[in-house]
Amino acid sequence: MTDATSEGNFYVAGRAGERSPAPPRSGASAVRLTPERLPAGLRLLGPVLVVLAWEAASRLGLLSPATLTAPSTALATGYQMFSDGSLLPHLLASAGRAYSGLFLGVLAGVVLALLSGLTRTGEALIDGLVQIKRAVPTLALIPLVIIWLGIGEAMKVFLIFTAVLVPVYINTHAALRGIDIGHIELARTLGLSRGEFIRHVALPGALPGFFVSLRLAVALCWTALVVLELINTQTGIGYLMNRARDWGQTDIIVVGIIIYAVLGLVSDAVVRAVEAKVLSYRRSLGS
Amino acid sequence: MTFHRPITPEVVLRDLSRSFKGKTVLDRVSLEIPRGQFVALLGESGSGKTTLLRALAGLDDDAETAGHFQVAGSTSVLFQDSRLLPWMSVIGNVTLGLRRPDARAAALEMLGAVGLGDKTDVWPSTLSGGQKQRASLARSLLRAPDVLLADEPFGALDALTRLRMQALLLRLVERQRPTVILVTHDVEEALLLADRILVLKDGRIAEDHPVRMPQPRRVDHPEFAGLRQTLLSSLGVETEAV
Ligand SMILES: Nc1ncnc2c1ncn2[C@@H]1O[C@H](COP(=O)(O)OP(=O)(O)OP(=O)(O)O)[C@@H](O)[C@H]1O
Ligand SMILES: [Mg+2]
Repeated sequence: MTDATSEGNFYVAGRAGERSPAPPRSGASAVRLTPERLPAGLRLLGPVLVVLAWEAASRLGLLSPATLTAPSTALATGYQMFSDGSLLPHLLASAGRAYSGLFLGVLAGVVLALLSGLTRTGEALIDGLVQIKRAVPTLALIPLVIIWLGIGEAMKVFLIFTAVLVPVYINTHAALRGIDIGHIELARTLGLSRGEFIRHVALPGALPGFFVSLRLAVALCWTALVVLELINTQTGIGYLMNRARDWGQTDIIVVGIIIYAVLGLVSDAVVRAVEAKVLSYRRSLGS
Repeated sequence: MTFHRPITPEVVLRDLSRSFKGKTVLDRVSLEIPRGQFVALLGESGSGKTTLLRALAGLDDDAETAGHFQVAGSTSVLFQDSRLLPWMSVIGNVTLGLRRPDARAAALEMLGAVGLGDKTDVWPSTLSGGQKQRASLARSLLRAPDVLLADEPFGALDALTRLRMQALLLRLVERQRPTVILVTHDVEEALLLADRILVLKDGRIAEDHPVRMPQPRRVDHPEFAGLRQTLLSSLGVETEAV
């Protein structure tokens, strides 16, 4: 792992070329295999253009507010809902559901992955079950879970929990299983105890896989919420949007969509920031 | 050495055979290595050098093995790829699994000795190939092993770095006096470092040469050139062409 990355990928990696001011050989410029790294703000170019076109279409009367509200109207509505306090309870209700399901799902996924990845008994007992759960779409469980848990909060959190658990388990388990054989041999020749091996080799080695799963999980918990908030609730962003549909208020629907997008992006950014900090040893690998 | 050393062999192999899926790699190898001897193990690619070393290190114990071997004392392995854990600082790697109260102080001393005194707290990925191998060497020697098992530890390094590493290894080995088994492709490396050179061929020890040149050795020593010729031709290299 260490050696291949330090030398093998050197010229392919985008940034390495920029840092070392090596003159191009024999006049011809070197072939770039990967596109140059995008300056931070430029990623927003596409979204900004779409929003501008949308706004223009609304103002020119090409887009009726009954079909789709103008982004400026949606922003104004959103701001107003925020300042008169009508938005916050719904936001908190949604976030509460999403994050309690996420928390429980990640916790259970990691615990199960550890049991199954580090012990044979655990693998025999757990892995088959999770694989079966993986084959069943979360939404297919809704009727059964409603019978068990009713149509209240418990049902919603439970379904988010099960949706999140599976990818967390799968990725973390795979990472634990795919541990570098060279590192296992090293641990043996250094005479590490099982506890030391798990703490210093197996767990840190599985962390990148865990973070992949965490990013999936964060996206999933909000996705599941949209559907679940259509069922018997008086709170939540999904409820707001659903009610707005009955009244034909496309501005509120757009506000809801924007909130989901922002929450999704912010959550992902938070996970990525934590990941970058925890896995900071990788930052120096040139890619 | 001024003090008396017992001459009981530290590493003993008796008719050690090892095969993978029916293919014999080691074929009744018998060998005795006295304590403190520096042995270089040469052989063509695929002749079983790594297999022999890994057997002594207690690895590959799922392979079919016959005969027996005994290593009296602790071993430490120096791998060709330095096998530093990327998520641990250099000093964390070097002290990993070390059970002694002064581990950190000893590690700092050892890292200083291998010339990494200013790299103790960096990530391994920021080290050059030679520096990684120094860290790996420090990790091995910090355990003060009775037997150091090294599998082409300098094979991936450039010629200059390799010379420096050879000198470093020699210096540290003289300090600690472990028994060393060094697998190498490099006849000159063997001649510069070892007290004894073994040539492995078809899974057996085909040749066993003592090397009596005093340290530090020079390539223009008369014994050097002669032994070099012998070894190269037993490895199947036409010496005229070299
Ligand atoms: N785990 C294994 N499973 C199957 N075959 C193996 C295994 N390890 C080694 N071999 C085989 O044993 C033979 C000797 O391999 P070994 O690695 O010991 O050679 P070597 O002398 O170290 O070669 P090199 O100089 O290229 O490193 C090879 O033919 C190899 O394919
Ligand atoms: Mg080998």
